[in-house]
Amino acid sequence: MTHQFPALSPEQKKALADIAQRIVASGKGILAADESVGTMGNRLQRINVENTEENRRAFREILFTSDTSINQSIGGVILFHETLYQKDSTGKPFPTLIKEKGIVVGIKLDKGTAPLAGTNGETTIQGLDGLAERCAQYKKDGVDFGKWRAVLKITSTTPSQLAIQENANALARYASICQQNGLVPIVEPEVLPDGDHDLQRCQYVTEKVLAAVYKALNDHHVYLEGTLLKPNMVTAGHSCSKKYTPQDVAVATVTTLLRTVPAAVPGICFLSGGQSEEEASLNLNAMNQSPLPKPWKLTFSYGRALQASALAAWLGKSENKKAAQEAFRKRAQINSLACRGQYVLSGKTDAAAMQSLFTASYTY
Amino acid sequence: MTHQHPALTAEQKKELSDIALRIVAPGKGILAADESVGSMAKRLNQIGVENTEENRRLYRQILFSADSRVKKCIGGVIFFHETMYQKADDGTPFVQMIKDKGIVVGIKVDKGVVPLAGTDGETTTQGLDGLWERCAQYKKDGADFAKWRCVLKISEHTPSALAIMENANVLARYASICQQNGIVPIVEPEILPDGDHDLKRCQYVTEKVLAAVYKALSDHHIYLEGTLLKPNMVTPGHSCPTKYSPEEIAMATVTALRRTVPPAVPGVTFLSGGQSEEEASINLNAINTCPLVRPWALTFSYGRALQASALSAWRGQRDNADAATEEFVKRAEVNGLAALGKYEGSGDDSGAAGQSLYVANHAY
Repeated sequence: MTHQFPALSPEQKKALADIAQRIVASGKGILAADESVGTMGNRLQRINVENTEENRRAFREILFTSDTSINQSIGGVILFHETLYQKDSTGKPFPTLIKEKGIVVGIKLDKGTAPLAGTNGETTIQGLDGLAERCAQYKKDGVDFGKWRAVLKITSTTPSQLAIQENANALARYASICQQNGLVPIVEPEVLPDGDHDLQRCQYVTEKVLAAVYKALNDHHVYLEGTLLKPNMVTAGHSCSKKYTPQDVAVATVTTLLRTVPAAVPGICFLSGGQSEEEASLNLNAMNQSPLPKPWKLTFSYGRALQASALAAWLGKSENKKAAQEAFRKRAQINSLACRGQYVLSGKTDAAAMQSLFTASYTY
Repeated sequence: MTHQHPALTAEQKKELSDIALRIVAPGKGILAADESVGSMAKRLNQIGVENTEENRRLYRQILFSADSRVKKCIGGVIFFHETMYQKADDGTPFVQMIKDKGIVVGIKVDKGVVPLAGTDGETTTQGLDGLWERCAQYKKDGADFAKWRCVLKISEHTPSALAIMENANVLARYASICQQNGIVPIVEPEILPDGDHDLKRCQYVTEKVLAAVYKALSDHHIYLEGTLLKPNMVTPGHSCPTKYSPEEIAMATVTALRRTVPPAVPGVTFLSGGQSEEEASINLNAINTCPLVRPWALTFSYGRALQASALSAWRGQRDNADAATEEFVKRAEVNGLAALGKYEGSGDDSGAAGQSLYVANHAY
């Protein structure tokens, strides 16, 4: 406990810190395009497209062949394993395509949830086995950051002490291994929005969870300046009868973060967690307009909330490519404004943008 | 773990937060005048003065008679129990003299260190018994904040996991009881400067200790916005052969804090720990000009480093009282500037100001 055995050299630390800073550079956030095969199935089913490898490739190609100027809104893209090794129609590998735009490539590293026996349906996350070797290989293949999603749920008896502690510990082990292999770990302790709890309850639980996460990261000697946090925003549960404004969400969220996230963490990239595209942008914007201090960047790491309109425009048809890219570009730009607190709602509502993207008990 | 049972009402929180902000208002810090009878013995011994209650009263009167110049650089004064109930020559209670200057009154509430059996000479701090009732009484008697000092030491095998955990826990219990009674707890986990360890070792240990402290505060449901932290600066041990500049000390200190102290904490009030008056001011100034983002006030809570010159000038003679008071005001103003990063140094390393105030194994 008393002697340091440095986990990283100064050069390793600098490399990690630089990567993290590039991802969350001013006005930039992350496109979470790392949906697993199963989850892509859900997405494609909604637009009546068959869940084949080619269709998954085709949709990701639409996103990644966006005009280079997308790099002003997107600092990083998270890929699923399959996607890392796919190519566009000219034969160019996706990571090359993304890096050419000056965007950092990331990879989902966890292997999904596993039950915690003796709890009320709670889980931990697996994926630590052979993780060092996988990270080393991904680094060679062009990846500079990783993502690992832990899941906690609010009910009258959860999250339990065990679930909080076990998920925090697994996140810290993952983060440690990533950093040893030159990958910036994005730490994602998602507290699901399922339930009828109010905003205060979510805030309380999120504070406890994040305190445990940062204690675990410290215990595991993780270099905070070379990490990013991907938390839920603090919101009421989906079935909560009380409604809250973006300002309520902003104050609750930023207060929670001020109480738990050390200033050394360069950026906080929120998950959208089933919020509609518009909701996710408005909430992020309200946070960045909030007068509360914000010693870290507050930005986005959105999956559904960046892609819903693009999917709806695409409908699986190659002739819709431009329309889909335009839909994606628009959301990316809006979120870029939101992470500077400069998004002014136009008053136009777009059906796909407003549609709640909530899927009950979302495991991926 | 999942339901909040609010420890404080919104009004109680506001009161605590307001007190904390007043103490660490820009350019202000704390005079730690809470030396126990035993510690005062050492101070008075150094200037050949007998340790009587009257001499202790006369000496504190010198400090508390400072004119209105101290209003802009002293936000709080920490009292020892005896002093809370003493009066000036003209019968004015000391507590009132301080409050009349718009300065917040604080009280030391711990009851000294006790050994942790099975460790290498490590300790915890006692004082929890009846603390609730004592806090309630002190609040009635004019105190709005309190201080509790825990002590850790760096050696080959220390601090141990037990010492870190136990001291963090006792600090959290103390903090909880204070807040319940309208008193802002100053949390002081001092890592002694004794030893020959280098700057890095102190930084490593300080990070581990502070991470444990803030996890314990979270576990005990402490309202961080209504607390202050009183840590050691990160410095090499006193017998370390390597010398470091104030900028190196500042960088190590601010980095350690950025990795562990949530931005919700309004202020960090450093202990001087045996540094000379000038050293303590120069280091505080360097801390406030450090290029890293610092989301909390960084100021002083100095005992020896505010009083050494005053004691020297007094030497127990009534005729020297005004000169002694003037010495104190001078150091207070210098530290007020240092807290704003505006102190340019005296250039004068001689006399009492330059003299190291290190007392081996400072127990109090």
